Amino acid sequence: MTPIVSVAAKEFRDGLRNRWVLSIAVIFAVLAIGLAYFGSAAAGQVGFTSLSTTIISLASLAVFIIPLIALMLAYDGIVGEDESGTLLLLLTYPLSRWQLLCGKMLGHGAIMAFSTLLGFGSAALIMGLFAPDIGWSEMLIPFMLFIVSAILLGWIFIAFAYVISVSVTEKSKAAGLALIVWFLFVLVFDLGLLGVLVGTQGDVDAELFPYLLLLNPTDIFRLVNITYFADQQLSGLMAIAEHVQLSTTSLMASLLVWLAIPVLLALVLFNRRAL
Amino acid sequence: MTNIVELMGVEKRYQGVQALKPLDLVLQQGEVLGLFGHNGAGKTTTIKLILGLIKASAGSVRVFGQDPTLSESRRTRYQLGFLQENVSFYEQLTGFEVLRYFARLKGIQTSECHRLLEQVGLKAAAARRVKTYSKGMRQRLGLAQALLGNPKLLLLDEPTVGLDPLATQDFYHRIAQLKEQGCTVVLCSHVLPGVEKYIDRALIMGKGAVLAQGSLDMLRLQAELPLTLNVKGSGLNIPEGLHSRATVLADGVSLTLSLQEKMPVMQHMLAQGGVTDIDLHLPSLEDLYTHYTRACVGHEMEGVL
Repeated sequence: MTPIVSVAAKEFRDGLRNRWVLSIAVIFAVLAIGLAYFGSAAAGQVGFTSLSTTIISLASLAVFIIPLIALMLAYDGIVGEDESGTLLLLLTYPLSRWQLLCGKMLGHGAIMAFSTLLGFGSAALIMGLFAPDIGWSEMLIPFMLFIVSAILLGWIFIAFAYVISVSVTEKSKAAGLALIVWFLFVLVFDLGLLGVLVGTQGDVDAELFPYLLLLNPTDIFRLVNITYFADQQLSGLMAIAEHVQLSTTSLMASLLVWLAIPVLLALVLFNRRAL
Repeated sequence: MTNIVELMGVEKRYQGVQALKPLDLVLQQGEVLGLFGHNGAGKTTTIKLILGLIKASAGSVRVFGQDPTLSESRRTRYQLGFLQENVSFYEQLTGFEVLRYFARLKGIQTSECHRLLEQVGLKAAAARRVKTYSKGMRQRLGLAQALLGNPKLLLLDEPTVGLDPLATQDFYHRIAQLKEQGCTVVLCSHVLPGVEKYIDRALIMGKGAVLAQGSLDMLRLQAELPLTLNVKGSGLNIPEGLHSRATVLADGVSLTLSLQEKMPVMQHMLAQGGVTDIDLHLPSLEDLYTHYTRACVGHEMEGVL
């Protein structure tokens, strides 16, 4: 086994042991089934709602919770090992820094991917079995798209967590920074963008504006899932995006770019980290 | 004999602070070195330099003939064992899983993990999670980790902390065995009780500088510390000129002597009839350590005054 696989396998085992995998999967499953069943409760009905409503509301809730879970999962990835002394020990072993970091990110990435698949997958299964109006074939593509983009979003924030983790020396500081990153990407960015839009009374380049959404991976994630149901009535910031036709492929590609940037940054910063 | 470790005029500065003043140290195969000093004396810096975790600001570091900070010398790490102070292993994993993780990273068979766990007395606890381990058990797990793959160079920081006397004894026996197999060992500590018998040389450090280096006999000679001779008996006649350094006890006398006076005074005392018992206290490692480190603190005081 290469060192990367050994590190990743240990990280995954740790994730199973401390119930991360289970907790994430249960949260996702409950979230998905709950939204599917009670999603139209506000409209006075209980029972499975339409697929498009379910996926769109799921995407707008998951966009808050996935980054939070990913940051909590991985913020202490390096700084935690440093505090317990195992980082120093591992670096005296015959593996290089990049191998250690890649192994750890891979392990955490696997935890995220596995529990996302398990959680949302089981929800899809229940919907397929019990929802009267939703057929297997119409469910397959949007749910797959949703799960894949959710995994990518999780990976992006795991990579952010590692950028934080390799650049600080205290766990508490990493936790604080993780919270700030979450706050900036999930809340502040959209509010700021809306603010600009309202403040200028819509007098911004209508062509350019939607592309600003690509500057935030959480918005890209929402776009991926919303644009699939293009006929839906959209509200808020997402409505802007209606004017632009960004293909699902190009949106997914921009998520991959968003993944590559923090991964590379973490690798560079970790190589410079003093012991 | 091969030089396993070679430090020549090695210095280390952290942002202008001199953590290590020029240090020369050569370790040969099968040598056991005791590295002693207070916190901040430069022990850990020296260890980190040998491990290649940090770069020297000046001088040259060679371990197994190579600069340990280069990536090409990563292969030499297969022959290296290390345990630092206060390491806490992954609490959620069992002792066996932790050891297997480190073994895999070193490319060592799982069967060796079982053997090592048995050797350090953790066989019964191997399937328990590390969070249930006592401090001594964690330390033993750490030692098992350091011993993975029969290292040629073993660096141990405070290895006997938390070990009970029996386990400490076992540990020293193990060090002696490794030494016979040609392993070079650096034991790093404040002061290790009972370590004298097992080290070939001592290096005493203070404030980043070497205070003394050499075999214990040599250090004793250099330090000129007095030894104590306790003689029991009645009607004892204290030799001429020693009255000021003698304490008369209820059942005998206690004399403070220099190394040179040892034999003549002992012969004089034994020649008397009334001696019932005699015992001799050589300055211990602890005495030597206190002597050399006090000198270091003393200089500092002069500087202030």
